[in-house]
Amino acid sequence: MKVENQKSYIKWRYFKQTIFFGVVRLSALIITAALIGILTYIFFHGFRAISWDFLTLPPTDSMTAGGIMPAIVGTLYLTIGAISVALPLGVVSAIYLTEYAKQGRWIRIIRIGVNCLAGVPSVVFGLFGLGFFVVFLKFGSSILAGSLTLGILILPTVIGASEEALKSVPQTFREASLALGVSKWSTIARIVLPSALPGILTGSILGVGRAAGETAPIMFTAAAFFTASLPKSIFDEVMALPYHIYVLATAGTHIEQTRSLQYGTVLVLVGLVLGIDLIAILIRSSMRRKKRW
Amino acid sequence: MTRHFREIIIRNLFACFAFFSVLILGLIVIFLFREGMPIFQQISVFKFIFGSAWYPTYDPPEYGIWPLIVGSLVVTFFACLIAVPLGVLSAIYISEIAPGAIKEYLKSIIELLAGLPSVVLGFFGMVIVAPWLQETFDLPTGLNIINASVMLAIMAIPTISSISEDAIYAVPREFKEASYALGATKYETIIKVIIPAALSGISTAVILGMARAIGETMVVLMVAGGAAAIPQSIFDSVRPMPASIAAEMGEAPFGSGHYHALFATGIVLFFVTLAFNLIADYFSNKFKEVGSGTL
Amino acid sequence: MNKYVKQFMLIALCLLFGTGAAFAEKIVIKGSTTVLPIAQATLEAYMKANPGVNISLSGGGSGDGIKALIDKSTDIANSSREIKANEVALAKSKGVNPVTTVVAIDGIVPIVHPNNKVKNLSIDQLSQIYQGKITNWKEVGGDDLQIVVVSRDSSSGTFEAWAEMVLNKAKVTPRAQMQASSGAIVQAVSKNKYAIGYIGLGYVNKSIKALTVNGIQASAKTAISKEYPIARNLYMYTNGQPAGEVAKFIKFVLSPAGQKLVAKEGFVPLPMAKETSKKGKK
Repeated sequence: MKVENQKSYIKWRYFKQTIFFGVVRLSALIITAALIGILTYIFFHGFRAISWDFLTLPPTDSMTAGGIMPAIVGTLYLTIGAISVALPLGVVSAIYLTEYAKQGRWIRIIRIGVNCLAGVPSVVFGLFGLGFFVVFLKFGSSILAGSLTLGILILPTVIGASEEALKSVPQTFREASLALGVSKWSTIARIVLPSALPGILTGSILGVGRAAGETAPIMFTAAAFFTASLPKSIFDEVMALPYHIYVLATAGTHIEQTRSLQYGTVLVLVGLVLGIDLIAILIRSSMRRKKRW
Repeated sequence: MTRHFREIIIRNLFACFAFFSVLILGLIVIFLFREGMPIFQQISVFKFIFGSAWYPTYDPPEYGIWPLIVGSLVVTFFACLIAVPLGVLSAIYISEIAPGAIKEYLKSIIELLAGLPSVVLGFFGMVIVAPWLQETFDLPTGLNIINASVMLAIMAIPTISSISEDAIYAVPREFKEASYALGATKYETIIKVIIPAALSGISTAVILGMARAIGETMVVLMVAGGAAAIPQSIFDSVRPMPASIAAEMGEAPFGSGHYHALFATGIVLFFVTLAFNLIADYFSNKFKEVGSGTL
Repeated sequence: MNKYVKQFMLIALCLLFGTGAAFAEKIVIKGSTTVLPIAQATLEAYMKANPGVNISLSGGGSGDGIKALIDKSTDIANSSREIKANEVALAKSKGVNPVTTVVAIDGIVPIVHPNNKVKNLSIDQLSQIYQGKITNWKEVGGDDLQIVVVSRDSSSGTFEAWAEMVLNKAKVTPRAQMQASSGAIVQAVSKNKYAIGYIGLGYVNKSIKALTVNGIQASAKTAISKEYPIARNLYMYTNGQPAGEVAKFIKFVLSPAGQKLVAKEGFVPLPMAKETSKKGKK
């Protein structure tokens, strides 16, 4: 009797486990399905719109026809601008945090600062960009203001990734170099940084992907509804892919008629951003496999 | 001596750069206040936050952001209701149950989900989910709380999942081994040992996920419907704070009360997310101490 | 790494001091989304005819355009309302002299889902609906369905015109769904049998049903004669009498070719468009 009881109890325990595993698998499945669902939907609606002309011509006929070339170029400029702000600042900050700083109050403050900066909502970055770069520094709504805003937006991403990359360089590398009488700075520049470079690169690429897809920060700092020609200086407004999608989908004159353009633009943006992310993921996994230490 | 001197310069230079993030954070606060404070000469802080009418362009204008705050809280709450179970369970699956290859794929999928631009999710919610919701449930509008919450949940899942996964991964192997040795099933080990041990990390994940959802702009701008009223059902439209800022800032005359009111809304939003982040920071520091060291 | 730092600082310095020289010769147009299709169609034609000219166009809203005109960050401010007295005062205080040019006439049309039985609403009924006092279609002769009020964002010129001509400054119900453009309203109403919205005549298409107001159908004729109660002029504002490239562009908008484009976009061309004269501020 007792044995029977115990047997059924054990059965019950494993039954619970099966149910639980089922739920857990289901949740993973839902997430996968959500991503794949969204991507396939966008792909099948978007790829018909995409042609060579779509990618290389500016919009025409009140943005109901033509292409999205100025938006692609604008997004490229903004992202390049953003990463050239965030990369030097981020890497140097990370070097300081990992190589130089001792644990203490200052480092704690910096770390909280970085964490909080990472948590600031993107629309607040937009407000800040508007208040500081556009109005206070008088950059106007421009590539410059947009790039700087996006740059500080992705700064925490770059710092985080660079820190992780620097930390994963074995301590023995540094010790060996220092033991040979090499100065700390030279050790960092010649030994640590080169070893950490792929990791830093991965993080920066992820940051680029983030910057390319953001809309709210550039709404008031850089993005134009329509410019027929390409920007000539960093003080020009530009079209940008994410803002172009928003405009076509909500503020356009002919929302239904431009659906295929919208899907096309969404597909280009998703392709661009996820392509960038995928590159980063691939670099990282190949790096993990190759790691010599 | 010169070498030593150079080292010191480099060190201090780098310290300055590292301090840049804190500086930016300070600048953000300064400029939000600079542009937002003037509104409080027209209206008290209490009336601004708890006022129930948002009519910034009328004469006389009314700047009560309570409906916007409620809008933000409601969509965040429902987003978490969806995102927390999915995020945490998927983290458990990835770190404890999934076989190696699936694990890597799933991690990549979650990373890609995190990379999906918010405007794309907003577009998806607007063009596909909204008409579907409206027809299926015969609603007055498909741009409503439930739609916005689902889209926000998709944005918050990667945050919750990846941080929870780190927390679960950090649970010492000895804990699990001890549990198995006592004859516990895998399920019992997960529920009674791993999750409690990783709880502060999971809490961090949930809070950061909430912070992500409450600050997200494009999704709520495009999908929440934009009605600045306190909702009465989950099928009502709302106008969360970020949506209000993004929709109106372009049109608010520079230097007007409306302009300052939007910056003041930004202050509220900033401090709400800052609070979330500081709480998360507190939890994650607590969670660092959980390890074999504490045994 | 030092090299990067130096380069970065160098670039930053260049940027800081290069500000003044960077604004090239070009026309910037900003403002009302109602005027946007007119501006866009005419500027595309204009740029085709004058390839050297660079015109950049943004929407935003009438207030935004006038704000930009006052800030001197735009050359032409599109507006669907007349400039306000306080805006004129602010402009004058900053040395800007806004000059009015009427470029087209617009009627604002209430629209519903094509299946809605309601055909006509009085100004008063519209006002009650938008204030949230009438909440069911059966109260105005329709089916027993809740009314979903769709409105433009409160800072748009169309909204202001609507608030003035229909609501007489009463407040729109906070339950109203705010849409960012007339196109978005068409889109929302065409998919929603509960909805009512309002748009410029230029946006009326087959996917929605335009209502008559006080029994009068909105059309070019009734809008010009102002017989249709919700009609208004559309403006382009400039700082001082337009000159140079700006003058040429505005002249083109007012020319028969330009007004033809206005009509093509669904607006009402100016009745006196033949003489292509500018209309000064009244």
